[in-house]
Amino acid sequence: MIAHSLFFYLFATIAIVSAIFVTVSRNTIHSVFFLILDFISISCLFIMIGAEFLGMIMLIVYVGAVAVLFLFVVMMLNVTEQKNQWFTSEKNSGHIPIGLIVSALIFFELIIVISGWKYRPNLFNASNLIINETTTNTHSLGQIIYTDYIHIFQLSGMILLVSMIGAIVLTFRQRSGIKKQSYIKQISRERNEGVQLIEVESNKGVKIDD
Amino acid sequence: MGNWNIIFHEIYKILFLIIPVLVSIALIVWLDRRVWAFVQKRQGPNVVGPFGLLQTLADALKYIFKEIIIPSGSNKIIFILAPIITMTLALISWAVIPFSATQVLADINVGILYIFAVSSLSVYGIIIGGWASNSKYPFLGAIRSAAQMVSYEVSIGIIIINVLLCVGSLNLNDIVISQQNLWYIVPLFPMFVIFFISALAETNRPPFDLPEAEAELVAGYQTEYSGMMYAMFWLGEYANILLMCALGSILFLGGWLSPIDLYPFNLIPGFVWLIFKILLLFILFALVKATVPRYRYDQLMRLGWKLFLPLSLIWVVLTASYLFYFNLLPVN
Repeated sequence: MIAHSLFFYLFATIAIVSAIFVTVSRNTIHSVFFLILDFISISCLFIMIGAEFLGMIMLIVYVGAVAVLFLFVVMMLNVTEQKNQWFTSEKNSGHIPIGLIVSALIFFELIIVISGWKYRPNLFNASNLIINETTTNTHSLGQIIYTDYIHIFQLSGMILLVSMIGAIVLTFRQRSGIKKQSYIKQISRERNEGVQLIEVESNKGVKIDD
Repeated sequence: MGNWNIIFHEIYKILFLIIPVLVSIALIVWLDRRVWAFVQKRQGPNVVGPFGLLQTLADALKYIFKEIIIPSGSNKIIFILAPIITMTLALISWAVIPFSATQVLADINVGILYIFAVSSLSVYGIIIGGWASNSKYPFLGAIRSAAQMVSYEVSIGIIIINVLLCVGSLNLNDIVISQQNLWYIVPLFPMFVIFFISALAETNRPPFDLPEAEAELVAGYQTEYSGMMYAMFWLGEYANILLMCALGSILFLGGWLSPIDLYPFNLIPGFVWLIFKILLLFILFALVKATVPRYRYDQLMRLGWKLFLPLSLIWVVLTASYLFYFNLLPVN
């Protein structure tokens, strides 16, 4: 039990400290790395409370895919050495009031949410519900998602699909004049289409059409 | 005192797993080079030790005594961290590989997800190494390999779903035991082929070794690395290849099960069969390396996204409908 709580505090501390460093660190790449560390420690916390499936999915989806894309974008944009010029330059300082208003709004929303938050009185009773020890985490999760919450689950899937299609449509641009390789065309090309044998008389030359 | 005993026992078990894995990596490098040479009618490494078996050991010794050069423009901490991450991630996946019904270090419920998660993390070793070198070729190599690994992971994930539909469990031992009557290579043969090719791409083996394409990118993400750090990248790469072979043999070739459930074959312990199957797959890997030319980058991406992904998705639908129609879905 002591080891359990020790590990909990270890991972919790790493999670909070790295979350702070995500916003504090000057180098954008470093903040993405701290974000990854944060994700990993949170997935460790998930595993510690027995939610092994959620922990692993957290690792696969967030660390293995989302954070890689973050890293890609940050590396491609080359914003590593910006060092807060954004705030000081004349051109961009007009954005500061809007940013302040938005962050103040979010801050007040957070305060409203947290002040209205209280523990459910029957939470402890809920935790005494009989948990079937024989079924694994994944099984019980699937039994809930695909029976009671199937509509919500499918709906969220649809929303993700629609947003994916939307993003593709928005960024897709058809360029004209690019040469594409067509495998079928290449393979089905016959000899008489590609090669033409011409008898060349001396001192006459050959006229090649177009 | 009891706690310490448990901890020492666990450390003993971990060492008992890691040391054979490391030794077998050394041997597998030798085997790779020998097979490669055999195909090309050369001798291969045959000087150091019997049949040249100690060649990798000699190479490792050479790497240890070489100077580690850290480029002045690099991000030092991350530069040093990259090979360590690669090596660690390549080794920790072995914790869940079952060598027989009881011989497994961590028999966790979500074993296959764990392997998948760790292998999706192994992109970071490469991408971090390429970025921290602060040089053109490594960065290009890192970007290439990250795109490549992310694309082929998708198809590997869907192939794993195919197998899981037949098993009904995420535990690796359950996957093996459910193949007692029929190995999944028989009903899911197209998936095995796609898995094999995707595994080649996932581990950056030829013909998909674009991250380190020496003709275009010097050595890709490893360009700035030297000495022991280079050797760690190299070891991690081979550990990943071995792991992919192990995963392939667990998912499709019945893991530690013996091919025939008859008297003389039953006596052979499970891990021998697993090692035999891993070696078989690895020799296939090596033969592919020796025979197939390198893919162009757009061809690689096309293969991953336009061919393998739709094919494996269609196969998921097929498998699920078949199992549902004939009432074969594993329900417990």
